[in-house]
Amino acid sequence: MSKIIEGLYYSESHEFVKVEGDFGYVGITDYAQHELGNVVYVDMPEVDDEVEAGEDFGAVESVKAASDLVCPVSGTVVEVNEALEDEPGLINKDAFENWIIKVQLSDKSELDGLMDAAAYKAFIKE
Amino acid sequence: MSENKVTCLHDKHVALGALMSPFGGFDMPIQYAGIVEEHNAVRNAVGVFDVSHMGEVHVTGPEAQKFVNYIFTNDITKMQVGGIQYGMMLYPDGGTVDDLLVYTMGENDYFLVINAANIDKDVAWINEQAAKFDVKVENQSESYGQIAVQGPEAEKTMLEVLSLDCSDLTFYTFKCVNYNGDNMIVSRTGYTGEDGFEIYASHKTIQDMWDMLIEAGVQPCGLGCRDTLRFEVGLPLYGDELTAEISPIMAGFGFFVKLDKDDFIGKEACAKQKAEGAPKKLVGLELHDKAIPRHGYEVCNENNEPVGYVTTGYRGISVDKSIAVALVDAAYGKLGTALKVHIRKKYFDATVVKKKFHDKSYKK
Repeated sequence: MSKIIEGLYYSESHEFVKVEGDFGYVGITDYAQHELGNVVYVDMPEVDDEVEAGEDFGAVESVKAASDLVCPVSGTVVEVNEALEDEPGLINKDAFENWIIKVQLSDKSELDGLMDAAAYKAFIKE
Repeated sequence: MSENKVTCLHDKHVALGALMSPFGGFDMPIQYAGIVEEHNAVRNAVGVFDVSHMGEVHVTGPEAQKFVNYIFTNDITKMQVGGIQYGMMLYPDGGTVDDLLVYTMGENDYFLVINAANIDKDVAWINEQAAKFDVKVENQSESYGQIAVQGPEAEKTMLEVLSLDCSDLTFYTFKCVNYNGDNMIVSRTGYTGEDGFEIYASHKTIQDMWDMLIEAGVQPCGLGCRDTLRFEVGLPLYGDELTAEISPIMAGFGFFVKLDKDDFIGKEACAKQKAEGAPKKLVGLELHDKAIPRHGYEVCNENNEPVGYVTTGYRGISVDKSIAVALVDAAYGKLGTALKVHIRKKYFDATVVKKKFHDKSYKK
């Protein structure tokens, strides 16, 4: 049973956004980490890079395959989770705690197009 | 899913909770506990694989030896009964039809083990060539189940769990064993770079043995770690390192192509490539970064111009580096050459290295 956290926003490509003020923490869901298996590498953008909703911003890689990361929101990267550079497996330990990038949101209305916890729960059951 | 075939162990994989995926026309287990755990079990202890998807072709008849030697690159006339050789079947232009094992069962009696994805193609190819020879070709792929017991504890496991004493088998030899009335083949072979055995038997016997091994606590291993294990020790996978476009000479497996024996299909093309140098070469690559090269990614020279592509790549498991095997223009094939791998939007520096990243530990 995959963990889902109330109050976060979810995308169909299994990223989450945790909003704090004008910032959003973006990572992959517990469901996604489980589907991937052992994460061995996270390809992250750099601070100050612009990201756009619906566009790739990096990749999470398991032993077997690379999975593109699709950004659910637009904005500027203000921080990347450097701990993942040395220990990508942290995502398997706790995907929600180990977000990948922190974005200064340029358009908070984009959040309306994402799923809430209940909708995402129904989505992954399909 | 319905168009994929299943092996005789399929229900057991599902019951064990394996992640299943199509491979070579079969619905196969990719992993059970996880690729890393399974990989390490084989390197450090023992693991068991379902390889029942592999194809088996039996060639007999007065001209069986002459025929097999004509379609195969290695020299089977050098083999005794009980011996096994690895080699390839080639097209006249040197491209690879398949790589395979040939077991010498008796005089003019050979057992060919071929790749699952190539069964139909190979059987058609073999039959086409057989028209000019007095031989009988039988595709027995559906009669045999096959498991591989691999790892440094394989010999002990075969004895203690399956009551099969294999201490008399040397590397690349086999014996036929009567097991509860079933004639099976046990060989000291594998595809992991570790010591190990492969058993070919009826579906019933394979199912019984699988159950005994799992019950004894042997780690079930999927095709995921089969690929990481074979890749690290430089063993090729048909479709990646050997294809209709890649000859064994380009791939660096000239050792298995005996140019000094009688005529065989592809001999002339291989002799020419060996004499003049093949246009492309299979090389090892080590990346300077943690980014992971994957099958199909472009390999470039220092000016970012494409000079080849990755055939297999991983974040190594026994080797803590991002490593790949790539097919590149021969001019870029020398050890130490600086190349780049195009991964998503960036170009990552890499160096040409030997394509055997981890040493094999066979018992010879």
